[in-house]
Amino acid sequence: MPLASYQTSVPVVVDDAKCIADKGCTVCVDVCPLDVLRISDMTNKAYMAYDECWYCMPCEADCPTGAVTVNIPYLLR
Amino acid sequence: MALDQIVDGLSEVSCDVLVIGGGTAGPMAALKAKLKNPKANVVLLEKANVKRSGAISMGMDGLNNAVIPGYATPEQYTKEITIANDGIVDQKAVYKYAQNCYGIIEELDSFGIRFLKNENGDYAVKKVHHIGTYVLPMPNGETVKKALYRQLRRARILISNRYMATRLLKSADGRIAGAISVNTRTAEMLVIKAKAVILCMGAAGRLGLPTSGYMFGTYENAANSGDGYSMAYHAGAALANLECYQINPLIKDYNGPACAYVAGPFGAFTANNEGSRFIECDYWSGQMMLEFYNELLSGKGPVFLQLKHLHPDTISEIESTLHKVERPTRGLFQQGRGVDYRNDSIEMHISEIGFCSGHSASGVFVDDNARTTVPGLYAAGDMASVPHNYMLGAFTNGAVAGIDAMEFADSHDFADFDAADVARERDRVMAPTRREDGIPPNQVEYKTRRLVNDYLQPPKVTRKYELGMRRLAEARQDMQEHMIARNAHELLRALEVQSIMDCADMAVHASLYREESRWGLYHWRTDFPEKDNEKWFCHTLLSKQNGRMTSEKRAVEPYVVPIADDEKDLYDKQRIRATA
Ligand SMILES: Cc1cc2nc3c(=O)[nH]c(=O)nc-3n(C[C@H](O)[C@H](O)[C@H](O)COP(=O)(O)OP(=O)(O)OC[C@H]3O[C@@H](n4cnc5c(N)ncnc54)[C@H](O)[C@@H]3O)c2cc1C
Ligand code: SF4
Ligand code: SF4
Repeated sequence: MPLASYQTSVPVVVDDAKCIADKGCTVCVDVCPLDVLRISDMTNKAYMAYDECWYCMPCEADCPTGAVTVNIPYLLR
Repeated sequence: MALDQIVDGLSEVSCDVLVIGGGTAGPMAALKAKLKNPKANVVLLEKANVKRSGAISMGMDGLNNAVIPGYATPEQYTKEITIANDGIVDQKAVYKYAQNCYGIIEELDSFGIRFLKNENGDYAVKKVHHIGTYVLPMPNGETVKKALYRQLRRARILISNRYMATRLLKSADGRIAGAISVNTRTAEMLVIKAKAVILCMGAAGRLGLPTSGYMFGTYENAANSGDGYSMAYHAGAALANLECYQINPLIKDYNGPACAYVAGPFGAFTANNEGSRFIECDYWSGQMMLEFYNELLSGKGPVFLQLKHLHPDTISEIESTLHKVERPTRGLFQQGRGVDYRNDSIEMHISEIGFCSGHSASGVFVDDNARTTVPGLYAAGDMASVPHNYMLGAFTNGAVAGIDAMEFADSHDFADFDAADVARERDRVMAPTRREDGIPPNQVEYKTRRLVNDYLQPPKVTRKYELGMRRLAEARQDMQEHMIARNAHELLRALEVQSIMDCADMAVHASLYREESRWGLYHWRTDFPEKDNEKWFCHTLLSKQNGRMTSEKRAVEPYVVPIADDEKDLYDKQRIRATA
């Protein structure tokens, strides 16, 4: 069966101006229990790659520059 | 190499004691095993990252079941948990926990985790349970994980993050030989030979589908997909009382604790739409959940946690706990809904089902030494059968498991396993990556969990369970023949769905086997509405025998702490009689 991609608005937002992934930081990617954050090949910044979030907050709490904001996933907002 | 790209690889390592799951019970088990024999190798394998994994990822609001001298005795606690579980309890393990847990509190205190004390310097324990006083707040509850992690580093535990265990290995004579795991970012497989293995993989928290429809909007840490239950089952270990589901009263849609355990001692209570109390006690039990359910059905819902009647300073104090520790996004959620605890009550609902002994009693069968029915295999925490364990139970029984497992490892050599078992598992694991097209794991998971809600959520109707069983079998066939994974992350989800499917099948099997109603809403069978102590005052053990799912009865061990006849049904009296 063919696959279509499915649009979803993801709850975690990274402020590119603050993110220092381009300097080697991967903290948020490392700590996320659901492993849904990645560093973009294009921008070298962290972003939410998979919409599978427990809205738990380690990514936001542990980011050294305050670049991460966790929002409540839209479906349960 | 980009993350998530699939690498075909297989390597093998060995250790004395392997602990799987680095949430709460796991770190304590690993630590105690290592301290027991500092020369031995202890590996802590974790699907996520031990720094921030498990139920306590961000911290905890308090200890829900602390047995503290001066407030409660091990006898009282054992009695209360026995009554709350309708008598189906092997008291030895509960009693042992109750005796040991104070020592663990002092140890946690020495790690830097603080517990609430009063002016005299005594622990300030609060009453939430029906009978006794066991809840101890943690003013710096957000430090739990960091404090544990420091201890692991100091003890030089070998930590392997981002490895998902998928199957256990056994020798021909049935002894544990190790485990198979998969790297969640590369799909490379790792075989870990071990003399003893401790399972600490948490609850089966992704069984039912949250009503929000968001698959990861679960009460439990959503990484806990029931892999431990599935692995224990396939290894031939017995699982106890799976029909005693976990169902929780939670913040509607948010699906996290509201939380009466925090706010109750200050005077907050569960109220119906008229603002009246309808349950005697906010402690989570099946009997309490049944009254919650009845209230909603009677048209007197919605049900709320009410605290607006409290003094504003008290509300601020409660708020600062609820919005800072444990589930800090609660504040964000309430803000989005425009809920201010000073004016508004918190709308609650009944959660989807799961397995979790931490809050109910459904777990891998263990004795008072945390031993499962497979020699050398241990279990602790939410996935082991000691009921109403909560966090302190995970720590305390994790410690018991760690010590006993190291003793086992010290007196046994490695067991041999059949290389064909590894090859077979490799085929099973990699199968979704070898298909050109098919159904992605998220769709298989959504459908499976939607079926769980439609057919398995209590009240349990035999006919619905039979239909559910058929629908689940169809979904299983799709999963086995058509599920695809295009990268390592999707493979992680694809493997999780297989655990979820196993748990759904076990839920059906265990529920149909017990032909009575017990534990309030958790096992309410409309076709057998009465409690039947003559036939069913027993545990049920589910296991895989000759490749088939089988259930049998197991007698409840003689009580250590006797329960008087007029105490037995105290938890059945949850409804407030004459509501004024
Ligand atoms: C939201 C919430 C609030 C709670 N509040 C309280 C409270 O205030 N007080 C209290 O006493 N108790 C509370 N509890 C209960 C308590 O937190 C749990 O009972 C306890 O933490 C369970 O510990 P555990 O080690 O069994 O599971 P967890 O801590 O969840 O750890 C399980 C670990 O196993 C890992 N894992 C899962 N599958 C695999 C696999 N296949 N391979 C490798 N690793 C795997 C997971 O990533 C996770 O790290 C709460 C629970 C929740 C969910
Ligand atoms: S932790 Fe913060 S700075 Fe580091 S990669 Fe993530 S967003 Fe960027
Ligand atoms: S909130 Fe939790 S699950 Fe979501 S991205 Fe952050 S760490 Fe991961």
